[in-house]
This record gives sequence, C-alpha cells and structure tokens, in this order.
Amino acid sequence: MRRPGAIWRELVKNLGRKPVTVTYPKEPMLLPKNFRGRPVYDPKGCIGCKICERDCPARAITITKVAEKTWACTFALDRCVYCGQCADSCPKKTILMSHIYEMATFDRQTLIDTVAGVPPPLVLEENEAKTATEVRQEPAVSSNPGGL
Amino acid sequence: MSERMILPIGPQHPLLKEPIHFKFTIEGELIVEAEIRMGYNHRGIEKAAEERTYLQDLYLTERICGICSHVHATNFAQATEEIMGLQIPPRAAYLRVVVGELERIHSHLLWLGVAGHEVGYDTLFMVSWRDREIAQDLLEIITGNRVNYGMNTLGGVRKDLDAEQIDQTRKGLQELAERTLYYGNVVSNETTFIARVANVGVLPKEVAYSSGAVGPTARGSGLDYDVRKHLPYAAYGEIPFEVVTSPRGDVLGRALVRVGELLESVKIIRYCLDHLPDGPIAVKAPRKVPVGEAVSRYEAPRGECIHYVRSNGSDKPSRVKVRAPTMGNLASIRHCLLNQQVADIPIILAAIDPCFSCTDRTVMLVKEGTREAEVMGWEELRLRSIARRPI
Amino acid sequence: MIILWGFLQALIFPGFLFLSVYALFAEWLDRKLFAQMQNRIGPPLIQPLADTIKLFSKETIIPKAVQAGLFTLLPYFSFAAVVTSFLFVPVYATPAISSFPGDLVIVAYLLTIPTLVLSLAGWSSDSTYSILGGIRALTQLFAYEVPFFLALFTPALLLGTWNISEIAARLPGYLLANPFYFIPVLISFLVGIVALQGKLERKPFDIPDAETEIVAGPFTEYSGRLLAIFRLSIDMEMVCGASLLAALFLGGPQPFISWMPGIISYLLKTLAIIFILAYIKAAVGRIRIDQMIRFGWQILAPLSLVGMLMVVLFQKGGLI
Repeated sequence: MRRPGAIWRELVKNLGRKPVTVTYPKEPMLLPKNFRGRPVYDPKGCIGCKICERDCPARAITITKVAEKTWACTFALDRCVYCGQCADSCPKKTILMSHIYEMATFDRQTLIDTVAGVPPPLVLEENEAKTATEVRQEPAVSSNPGGL
Repeated sequence: MSERMILPIGPQHPLLKEPIHFKFTIEGELIVEAEIRMGYNHRGIEKAAEERTYLQDLYLTERICGICSHVHATNFAQATEEIMGLQIPPRAAYLRVVVGELERIHSHLLWLGVAGHEVGYDTLFMVSWRDREIAQDLLEIITGNRVNYGMNTLGGVRKDLDAEQIDQTRKGLQELAERTLYYGNVVSNETTFIARVANVGVLPKEVAYSSGAVGPTARGSGLDYDVRKHLPYAAYGEIPFEVVTSPRGDVLGRALVRVGELLESVKIIRYCLDHLPDGPIAVKAPRKVPVGEAVSRYEAPRGECIHYVRSNGSDKPSRVKVRAPTMGNLASIRHCLLNQQVADIPIILAAIDPCFSCTDRTVMLVKEGTREAEVMGWEELRLRSIARRPI
Repeated sequence: MIILWGFLQALIFPGFLFLSVYALFAEWLDRKLFAQMQNRIGPPLIQPLADTIKLFSKETIIPKAVQAGLFTLLPYFSFAAVVTSFLFVPVYATPAISSFPGDLVIVAYLLTIPTLVLSLAGWSSDSTYSILGGIRALTQLFAYEVPFFLALFTPALLLGTWNISEIAARLPGYLLANPFYFIPVLISFLVGIVALQGKLERKPFDIPDAETEIVAGPFTEYSGRLLAIFRLSIDMEMVCGASLLAALFLGGPQPFISWMPGIISYLLKTLAIIFILAYIKAAVGRIRIDQMIRFGWQILAPLSLVGMLMVVLFQKGGLI
C-alpha cells in the first residue's frame, strides 16, 4: 500500500535504540583472526631466497645480507598494500601478517621499518632522489621512464 | 521559447562519486542535449600490468575498483588460468562464488543507499549502509579485509573457511535477508521515492540491446542476460538460482532488479555453504606462462566485465585489456537523459550504478569540431606529468 | 523607562538574544533527532554555535560578477525580517512584546521575506546553480503560500480577531466551550505544519537547496559571515514558525496545568512542533518541483479550504 513515510517502523524503533556507531578511539575495534595488519619478520628463520621481494606487488620489501646465513629485511610500510602475498610466498613462513594497523605518523621515515640489525642502503630513497634532481636540472626526456 | 542554458555537471559535483563531465543543454528544467566526456580517472593500469608479473598483476587488477575488486581479480585469474591450462579445485570455485556473491550484496546495498541519497531520501541511505556493514564484517572475517580482499591466487584461493566462519556467515545472511525484504517493501511503497523513480529515465528494450547495456540496467528493461546463467564460470554451473528481470525499463525497474538480486545472492551463498566440497583450495601455478591468449567474463554487480590477457611466454603479460560494465552502460545513458528534467539527472545517473574507476582506460583525444584523434605516447605523457613548467 | 524596558525585551528576552539561543538549540535538536532516528550519534550540543563561529572567522568571498552591495545586504534583510516577526509572537505571557490588531497579517508577510530574499540572492549570484535555485524557491512559494495563509487565518476567522496574542489567549477556552471546532482547527494545524515544512525548505520540500542536483542552490556563492547570517536566519525562521503555530493553534503560553509558568508551556509546545518537523524530515525523500506544485494545489489548498469552509458555514451560518 503506497504511503509517505513508509519507513516509520524503522524510525520509531531507532528512537529507542543505542546508536550503532562505534566510537572508535574510545571503543576498540574487534579484529577477526584473518585480519591483515602490517607484516612482521623473524630473522632467525629467513634463508635469503628473496621470493618475497620478487612477489611483492608494491616492491616494498628489500632483503640484504648482513652476515653469513643472516639476512635483514626492510619493509617500506608506506608502499605496502597489506595484501599478505609475502607471507604466503615465504617457504619458511618467517613473515606473518600481524594485527597492528594504527601506524599513522607525521614522519615518513618511521614507516621504513628495518628488522635485524644494520639498516641496508635504502634503494628506493636513492632512486627517488635521483629522479627529482634530474627534473630540476634539465626538463629534457630521460631514457629511463619511471626509474624503477 | 525559453532560452537555452548550458549546465555543466562534473568533474567535481556533489552528485558524482567519481569524476566524469557532462555538458547539458537545458531549456528551463528540460534537458535538450547531453554530451559526455570521460577519462578523468585514467591511471594507466593496463600499461602498469605489463611491467609486473602475473602474481603481482592479480593485486593490481584487484585495485581497479574498490566496490567490485573481487570481480577484476577473479576475472584476471580465470583468464590466466585458462592460458596456463589449470583447473582449479572445486572447493576453490565455491569459495570464489561465496566471496563474489557477498561482494554483490554489499555493492547493491551501497547502490540502494546512494540512490536514496540522490533523491534526498537520506534515511534510506543511512540505514541501508548500516546493514551493509554486516556484509563488510563477513568479508573481513572470511578474507581479512573489507575491500580489496586478496582472496584469489593463480590456481585457486588463499584462505579457507572453517566451521566458525561458516556459522557467522549464516547468522549474518539471516539478518541481511530480513533487512533486504524490509527495504524492498519500503522501496515499493514509499510515495516520495516512487514519485522520483517511476517512469523516469526509461530505456526501452530495443535501445538497451542496441546500445550494449549490461547488468541490472539491461535486466531492468526486460533483457534476460546474465553471464552466470548463460556462460557459467567458477561454480555457477552447479548452483540453482533465478535471473531477476523487470519489464518496466525505468529507474524503479532497475531498483527492483537489484533488490531481487540481493535476495538471490543470499540463496546462492546458502547453497554454497551447504554444499561446500572438500579438498584443497589451490593448485600450484607455474611462474612462466605459456604463449597464448584468453578472454574471461564475469557478472559484476554492474554487469558483464570482460578481461583479455595475452602472454608471450615470459613471466609478465604482454597485453591486458579490461572492459568494465559501466563502459557498456554509458552509451545507453544518453538515451535515458534526453527529454527528462534537470531534477532527475542524479537518479538517472545513479541508476546505471556508475563506476568510472573501472571504466577509464586508454583515451583518444579528439580535436573539438574535427574527427582527428591523437594518442599520447609514453614519453610525452611522462614529460607532461613531471615538468614544472608547462611544455 | 518604558522605552528602556522595551529595548531590553526586544534585545534580550524574549527578543533577539533568546531567539538566537533558542534557534541554535532548535537546530541542534533537529539534527540530533534526525540522527537518532537513523541509528547514529549526531552532533554535540554546541555544534551549531561552533558552526556559526567558524563561519564568522572565514573569509567572505564575493564573486567578481555580482553587484557587491546587493549581494552583501541580502542576508541581513532576511535576518531583520525574521527577528522583527518574532516580536509579535507571545512567548512567556499572552500579550507579546508588541501586539495590536492585524499583527497576524504583518507576521505572515514578514515570514515571506526570507523566501524572496533567497530567490533574489540566487539571481544576484549569477551562477547557473544559484539561478536555478532561486527560480525553484520562487516557484515553491506559489505552492505552499496560499495553504499556509489559509491555515493561519482559520483560527483568526473562528475567533473574529487578527491579533495573535488575543487568539492565543482565547482559543483554548473557546475550544473547550465549543468542542466541535476542534476539527477545523486540527485540519488547519496539520496543513500549517506541512506548509511550514515547505516554507522552511526542509524535506520533502527542500528543492531549492537540493544538494545532489544544484550544489547548494542560492547559497552556492555565499561564504563566511554572509552564509552564517543566512543560516542563522533560517534557524530563527524555524523557531518563529513553530512559535506562530503554537500561538495560533495550541494556545501559546497558556498552560495545560494551572501552575505551569508560561515560558515552560511555550517551550514544550514549540519543542513538540519541532519534533514533528524533524520526524517528517527523516521519513520522506525529496520530491520534484512540478510534483510539489501539484501537491500544494491539489491536496494542501483544498484541505485548508475545507477547514475554513467549516468555520464559515457552521459558525457564521449559525448552525452550531
């Protein structure tokens, strides 16, 4: 039966209900077990195969050798898309997706997360700096588009 | 008699969720002419896909769209699996269907809210999005994320369903079914809503067919075509369900088709959960893909989505082409808009459920007034995007 | 002394300051109820005040193509009209601050000014969206104004006086003595509420301000101070309209229970009307301008005529 205000039952019910909004910073969010937060790396299990580095869609992982049979891993968490392919590809399951997601920061450097000792040279940073200087000096076309 | 005004809508406008440009010529409140310019959301995805391996491309194609991300990922995976000659295990096929139908539910509830908002029915907007959260929570429980699920891998799926997740899904589906029936009732009976959508933006069946409309836009005009029924993929060949059509042809018809599809999706997921086969969830896929090409189709919430993948034997594809459903529906919009009122522009646009992020692919720039088209090459494009002074 | 007292009343209570505070409270209540009915939280209590302060602190941009004088003065016209009309409405006791026979007609006309100002603002802004919004505001005026006036004049006709304070004072007694006239008064009250929703340009009649179609309609080019004054005058219009309806149909500050002070009874009645307005806003969607005109002339106007006819036939014709 056509009438205006057909949704009246919902309106009246809602007047008595608690709002459905989760007041997030005050109330914590409940996360399911499959939730993909930031990846974490255990250096003891790594064998240096670099499959994670190859498979990462965002090229956010860099594995460097620091000593015999010891590797260090750098996650560029600002490039990471939190897909979890690294965790799936790793044959030794040394990368796991944690439940950490509150990573907002004012300083981009804190998002370049290095695990296990000596931070390797940040290959990504260098490349980006080079492209920027190149642009300012000559607007001519470079032969390497993208720089990746 | 009244003078003609040009009303520009977009690329930034409150009624548009994504940028597109319309130039309407109006006489008072009547639309006399409509011109469409698209391409504002072009991101170079097809080019980017050629520089990444197939596994990385799975995640890239997933991010073509936020609302129908599983569509693109599955479509790409299906095309690649066909080139590789892989047969995915039946459990993986059923799991892909479950996630795909949950995505359809969340997309149609999103559309219901957006349609309500475009006609000023804000209450429907708020409460339907509240209930959409049930579908989003279920997707998060199953796949780990609310959008861009990352459920697929080449050869199957990545995550399995355990008993607790199945139980939670069933409870969520029960609530979704009840709420959908209530919204169907409200949408069919609310006077102000029907006054805005009935007999508005009428698309006759022949015009829908000839202009290439797909999905609920075409089914709302009486065309009985659904990829899941007529060219089944994944597990759809074994699942019984109805194709919902409406003979009306106006926006109300499309709304009723979407509400009907919501209920059908709930039935499909329940069938899948009841008949989930045992077995592995993925087969191993080779890194290098043999030479070949494949076309894959998928019934996205908006219509038929087509992916074409061509491989040259290496581990990166040589060509990926995506035809999103909105591209097919955009041609029919011009017919819907002529001789309608300015006040109806938002709801007619919203009725095809536009997703311009999916749609914008390579654009050819045409000089105004001529038919000369120019394609910008890679070097010129890079130059324009990084130079500090205009070239 | 009388002049000083008059100034204090007009500026503080129940004049300008009281009206402003009540208008901001009414906006908050409307938004909070709207949110609660949609199962969400809604804004905190000081939100409307915060919005006004924020708007005052922003730069006022005046587009090059407009006549700056007209553009800047228009919000103040609307503001002045609404504040003036509030002086004639009884708030805490039956004679209002200013009361004389015929002030009902004055208030009815003063409350039309904001709509005219709105369409003039739309025209003077010289942008496609504003012009469309201004045209729609004027067109909508033709749809709801006649039923609104007819509804307002029904209790005046019933009691034979055009003085708002006198109607507020005499109506409850008259209705209790002749209960048959509850019917035409009720019909006119309902028509008055729906027409008030149209005058305030809220759903289902918020056509000039249709966000998804014409951005913000006549308000598109306004910013900063001027937008704050416009918004404040709209909120005040809501309070004025509700107070007018309360005075004409519900007896204004007349108490239900004998010991209740007038101001409390007035607040309760106006809050009830605002609640009804918020409910209508939440329950329906927006209709098109041609549907609005059809609705105004095919449903609202005949209903208000029915109410008036009942009064004319039965009272003046001497049947009851």
